[in-house]
Amino acid sequence: MRITSVLRTARAAALAMTAGLVLLGGAASPAVADSSPSAVSSEDGDAPTQAGTSFRTATEIEQGRKATANGSAGDYMYWSFPADAEQRPTVTATVQLPESTRSASSTWQLDVYDGLRRRQACQYGAQTRTAAQDADLVTLTCVLRTVRAWSEPWANDPLPGTYYVRLTTTELATADLGVPVSAMVRVDSKDMGGAAAVDGSLAEPLVPGIAVTGAENTDSDEDSTAVLSSLEPEDGWSSGWWSSRWVWTAAGGVLAALAGVAGYALTRGSGRPSRVPPPGA
Amino acid sequence: MITRQRLAAGVCALLAALTAGIAVPSAAVADETADKDAPKVDLVLDVSGSMRTRDIDGGTRMAAAKQAFNEVLDATPEEVQLGIRTLGADYPGDDRKTGCKDTAQLYPVGPLDRTEAKTAVATLSPTGWTPIGPALLKAADDLEGGNGTKRIVLISDGEDTCAPLDPCEVAREIAAKGIGLTIDTLGLVPNAKMRVQLSCIAEATGGTYTSVEHTDELTDRVNQLVDRAADPVVVPQAVEGTDACAKAPTLDSGLYTDREEFGQARWYRVDVLPGQELRASVSVAADRGVGPSYGLLVRAVTVHGREIVRGEAAGTGRTDVISTGLRYPKAELDDADGEVKPAAETVCVEVTQSFSPADGVRTTPGLPLEMTIDIVDAPDDASDVAAFGLGRGWWLLGVLVLTGFLAGLIWGWVSRWRIAIWRTN
Repeated sequence: MRITSVLRTARAAALAMTAGLVLLGGAASPAVADSSPSAVSSEDGDAPTQAGTSFRTATEIEQGRKATANGSAGDYMYWSFPADAEQRPTVTATVQLPESTRSASSTWQLDVYDGLRRRQACQYGAQTRTAAQDADLVTLTCVLRTVRAWSEPWANDPLPGTYYVRLTTTELATADLGVPVSAMVRVDSKDMGGAAAVDGSLAEPLVPGIAVTGAENTDSDEDSTAVLSSLEPEDGWSSGWWSSRWVWTAAGGVLAALAGVAGYALTRGSGRPSRVPPPGA
Repeated sequence: MITRQRLAAGVCALLAALTAGIAVPSAAVADETADKDAPKVDLVLDVSGSMRTRDIDGGTRMAAAKQAFNEVLDATPEEVQLGIRTLGADYPGDDRKTGCKDTAQLYPVGPLDRTEAKTAVATLSPTGWTPIGPALLKAADDLEGGNGTKRIVLISDGEDTCAPLDPCEVAREIAAKGIGLTIDTLGLVPNAKMRVQLSCIAEATGGTYTSVEHTDELTDRVNQLVDRAADPVVVPQAVEGTDACAKAPTLDSGLYTDREEFGQARWYRVDVLPGQELRASVSVAADRGVGPSYGLLVRAVTVHGREIVRGEAAGTGRTDVISTGLRYPKAELDDADGEVKPAAETVCVEVTQSFSPADGVRTTPGLPLEMTIDIVDAPDDASDVAAFGLGRGWWLLGVLVLTGFLAGLIWGWVSRWRIAIWRTN
């Protein structure tokens, strides 16, 4: 397990070595994760323009890109995105309501589910919001907990893998059912770095259907059948091997050695002890 | 092995991203289905007398529908097999019995000949009753066969006039056949009663309901729905769980669907080898009126009845689905001498939901249940809270520096003392 994961992280480690020169953790791990999202976000050309209607048909979106969808009030809109260990995803959804023809206020809600379809709690952010009758926009936010590389099976911690976003209205006047709305969803992650580096890692990320797709796709990357989830983070799933804790610990070792030398030198004083006569005296 | 390929794939993806400057992973989503049949869509159009009303963009509802159909037929993706069915198109009389059987196939579901289909649509003129229920049953028959996605798009401007056959019940029965059929409904200039009925039909099959006030809205929506039918989707396999583990069906990795009645428990069995992890996620859909509070419990239990792990979910308010999941990593055997072939453990998975039916709602067939089973390699056990037991932070550095310094001092004093001893001797 560990041996193969070391292989997988050869690339990450190479990046990390350059990053390690920057010294001291905080700066090190973002450098690993930052390889391309900024290049991606400028290319909104082929961003998804529709949403799925169930977990099974959820539209896959990448982090850092804006996805839009047109639907009707009362639809359940689903998207899915990949999130990796040490990331803290923030999901933002904006619903554009029709200008007129609404008879009452409506309540909108954003729910996030993990790869096991377990509902994930939001740390902060307005997950549910009521739009007044004349409001144009509703903005919902959900800041998830930091994704951990491993947790006990009895825990509900967010783990690396696919995450589902469900956007819907929870309270709606019958007269407003089915009116056209448009939604915009965006997922961004904050890299929490080594502070969130826990021991252990999953053998496979929590991607639904991975046992089936993993077995079928051993020969080719070309994937001709529908799969439940196929998106990966930009630079693949991390192995959980690298974290800035290596830099901190190694730097600590170096500093301790230096301090040891300094302490030793202090006991010797400078030059020859006064009791010892100089040679040849 | 897999991990090596991932490394390769990851490197390729990185290279491609660097050269092209665009995101690669979405390219992996293929849009062709190799061993699956063509997706089928049946457009069901209401041609009842009320379609004569002139209230959509100054024209009649029928004119709007015709214009939308022309544009949709032009934009239909090549691989989609499209059919058109009408309701209330032929019988203008007052006899309810005859009027409620009035549904006809205008264009059969099959490879699309655009000209022919358009000509057929042009002949329509608003005539009779609104037999939505019978039309849906017939439309489901039109789509029979094949394992591709199936979709009915119902466009209507009035509620069903053929009670007691409730079209909502009809939709639920169609969904219960397990042929993976979705019904999307569009209401032209709808009133309250119609909205409720059409959205009930949609929700019973996991479809969507849209109110339409303008022609372009109608065109956009129907186009969107037809395109959606062309998207490849994983088709679940139907299973039937039992009320006890001993008789339960054994499942392998895959996507399954079942029906679970109110107050019922469903059992399944999964074989897990040592060193493997079972992942099960279950969602139960509310396809009819249900009470405002609901829950779902999934338990992994040994054959002897000991609970290993559970997934729980509860919620309130309007919902389409409630879902939860569980993970059970089975540890490697300790005495792995290779002599004893490790035996698979049978894990019983029990699913219970606590939806309550709303007043007057039929309880059969059961609520649709969808289950994903994945059996993958089990993870390593974590031996520490932090990664590899490594440290981090200024406190760590402080402690290390202090310890190092003290160690240096002591070492220095010890060596001075030893030199002094040596000198006196």
